[in-house]
Amino acid sequence: MSHSITDATLRQKTIAGTLVILYASITMVPLLWIFMTGFKTPPDSISYPPKIVYQPSLEGYVNLFTTRTRVSPEKLAELPPPKNFAEEIVRNREMVIAGPSKFGERFLNSIIIGFGSTFLSIFLGTLAAYAFSRFSIPLADDLLFFILSTRMMPPIAVAIPIFLMYRQLGLSDTHLGMILLYTAVNISLAVWLLKGFIDEIPREYEEAALIDGYTRFQAFYKVVLPQAATGIASTAIFCLIFAWNEYAFAVLLTSGTAQTAPPFIPTIIGVGGLDWPAVAAGATLFLLPVMIFTVMLRKHLLRGITFGAVRK
Amino acid sequence: MAEIVIENLCKRFGAFTAVKESSFTIEDGEFFMLLGPSGCGKTTTLRMIAGLEIPSGGKIYLDGEEISRRPPSQRDIAFVFQMFALYPHLNVRKNIGYPLASQGMKRRERTAKILEVAKILGIEDILDHPVSGLSGGDRQRVALGRAIVRNPKAFMMDEPLGALDAEFRERMALELRALHDRMGATTVYVTHDQLEAMQMGDKIVVMNNAVVEQFGTPKEIYEKPESLFVADFIGSPSMNFLDVDGAIAEGQSQVSVKGIPIAVPQQHESAAGDVILGIRPEHIRFSDRANPSARVCAIEYLGTTQVITLQSDAGSIKARVDSSQSVEIGERVGLEFESCRISLFSSATGKVLRSALHGRTQDG
Ligand SMILES: Nc1ncnc2c1ncn2[C@@H]1O[C@H](COP(=O)(O)OP(=O)(O)O)[C@@H](O)[C@H]1O
Ligand SMILES: [Mg+2]
Repeated sequence: MSHSITDATLRQKTIAGTLVILYASITMVPLLWIFMTGFKTPPDSISYPPKIVYQPSLEGYVNLFTTRTRVSPEKLAELPPPKNFAEEIVRNREMVIAGPSKFGERFLNSIIIGFGSTFLSIFLGTLAAYAFSRFSIPLADDLLFFILSTRMMPPIAVAIPIFLMYRQLGLSDTHLGMILLYTAVNISLAVWLLKGFIDEIPREYEEAALIDGYTRFQAFYKVVLPQAATGIASTAIFCLIFAWNEYAFAVLLTSGTAQTAPPFIPTIIGVGGLDWPAVAAGATLFLLPVMIFTVMLRKHLLRGITFGAVRK
Repeated sequence: MAEIVIENLCKRFGAFTAVKESSFTIEDGEFFMLLGPSGCGKTTTLRMIAGLEIPSGGKIYLDGEEISRRPPSQRDIAFVFQMFALYPHLNVRKNIGYPLASQGMKRRERTAKILEVAKILGIEDILDHPVSGLSGGDRQRVALGRAIVRNPKAFMMDEPLGALDAEFRERMALELRALHDRMGATTVYVTHDQLEAMQMGDKIVVMNNAVVEQFGTPKEIYEKPESLFVADFIGSPSMNFLDVDGAIAEGQSQVSVKGIPIAVPQQHESAAGDVILGIRPEHIRFSDRANPSARVCAIEYLGTTQVITLQSDAGSIKARVDSSQSVEIGERVGLEFESCRISLFSSATGKVLRSALHGRTQDG
């Protein structure tokens, strides 16, 4: 805890507060705009001047999750009454729902690949970081540098070789392929970040556990891991954000079964004109998992590392 | 309970030698002190006994069994860390119970055992507190609790009072010693504080620069230092050292310092090179006719005694005399050395020369 020597005056507080709120508003406006657009009708979304007050509609979300076909008004009149709100919205545009769109599937792909690779990166990264931190490994510094160097190349530079390699191995457009790829990219970050965190945990904790009759692995699992929770949480967030947002590899290596949301969302734009509410709805939903994950782990991020029991 | 024998123990970290050829024996039930300046290898020695460090050479016996390569969990030795190393994510009760949980002890038994230990240490009322908010003394007690709860064969304590305030140290030192006397378990205690070692220990090993300088009771170490280092390190103020003129022959019982003759215990060993005479401040008396004569430079009043700094013909000397003796700065006095207490050291080897005071063998 640090305290300034004098308390801020009310005026200073007001100025600081205003600046923070102003900055927050500026950064939040685009997000808010996307969120709002998701609930507009297509005409509202492109009206000029832009509408701030409007009748909210779920049309964007319906369009996002469905494919539709246009029908003539006569045919429309012959159909039985709409079974749910989605059909009603679609029929107002003289269309019927032809089936589900690919968005749900792509979103699920993103979740599987994002969280799968995050888990794998953290799992392997923690073990490697612990080893680097605690044991004397021959050429440890060179190995660490080598691990970091895998991160230095831009994805685009290695995309073609990986594409060719994946085709040979039958890994292109598979979940496993994408999980392995994102893990390979993230693991350097994970090892480096986690090594820093684990270095900060005094060895005495594990040694106390060894003395208390536990094995090295039990000591790692029961004593080091709880201490490293903060580091693991923040590293996991970084890994997930990368895997979740990754575009270049995804575009090149996935097209169908394993396609993630980032390369999919732009394709919505092409379907049936500029359907901005559907794009905005997709973007909104796409933002949610990382936000929820971060909020869930926030407690660990803010808690700080409790070194309270060891006097430094 | 346990007897620990250390034989030619070595530890190297790469090219650096942290512990060199150390040998000593810790008898069953002893409160054993490992004393030496910072960085001399005390912690490393203790960690090797506990199994946290694998020796580069030598052997460790616990009750006759060679244990130097066993993992710590198979040695049944408890360790109290310098910084306590309480598990920060567990409360006091769980910290104390942790060694029992690893043994698979039943919850009921565990609860009873923890309570019993907490009572001994007087910490029953903080059992459910998190360890992060505890005072230094309570942390110390929890760390001790974790060590004694499993009834180990021996305790290793690495400067356990080092992290406490001065006033608290003394109380905790008494508590520790009382706890030891009550349980009678072999305890190895590391400290760099010679006073603490003298006060608390049954036996002391003095280490310096990775080697064992001397091993014995506090009295032996104080009265018969085996080396210049031990003589200088133990005692406050430390021993006076004066350069002896010329060499020493066997059977000699008088030396001269800057031409002044001084009686010494009969020597059993000759020495060719430079020799240093050592005498403790309390073995010097003032006597008008005695030689060397000296001038009083400073007086340090310590209650029952006073330490007088003197400039003598033989060099700078400190004497500890009774406070009732009146001494003035600038006064000239004669110094009388208690000759049977004098040690002679070879300057080349730093070792004591055998004499009537220092018998032939070290622990004889
Ligand atoms: N793991 C280690 N690697 C390298 N050097 C070490 C290691 N542990 C201790 N040392 C060195 O060994 C010497 C003795 O250390 P230590 O036993 O901790 O001394 P003490 O406890 O007497 O202060 C020190 O110089 C220290 O730097
Ligand atoms: Mg130490």
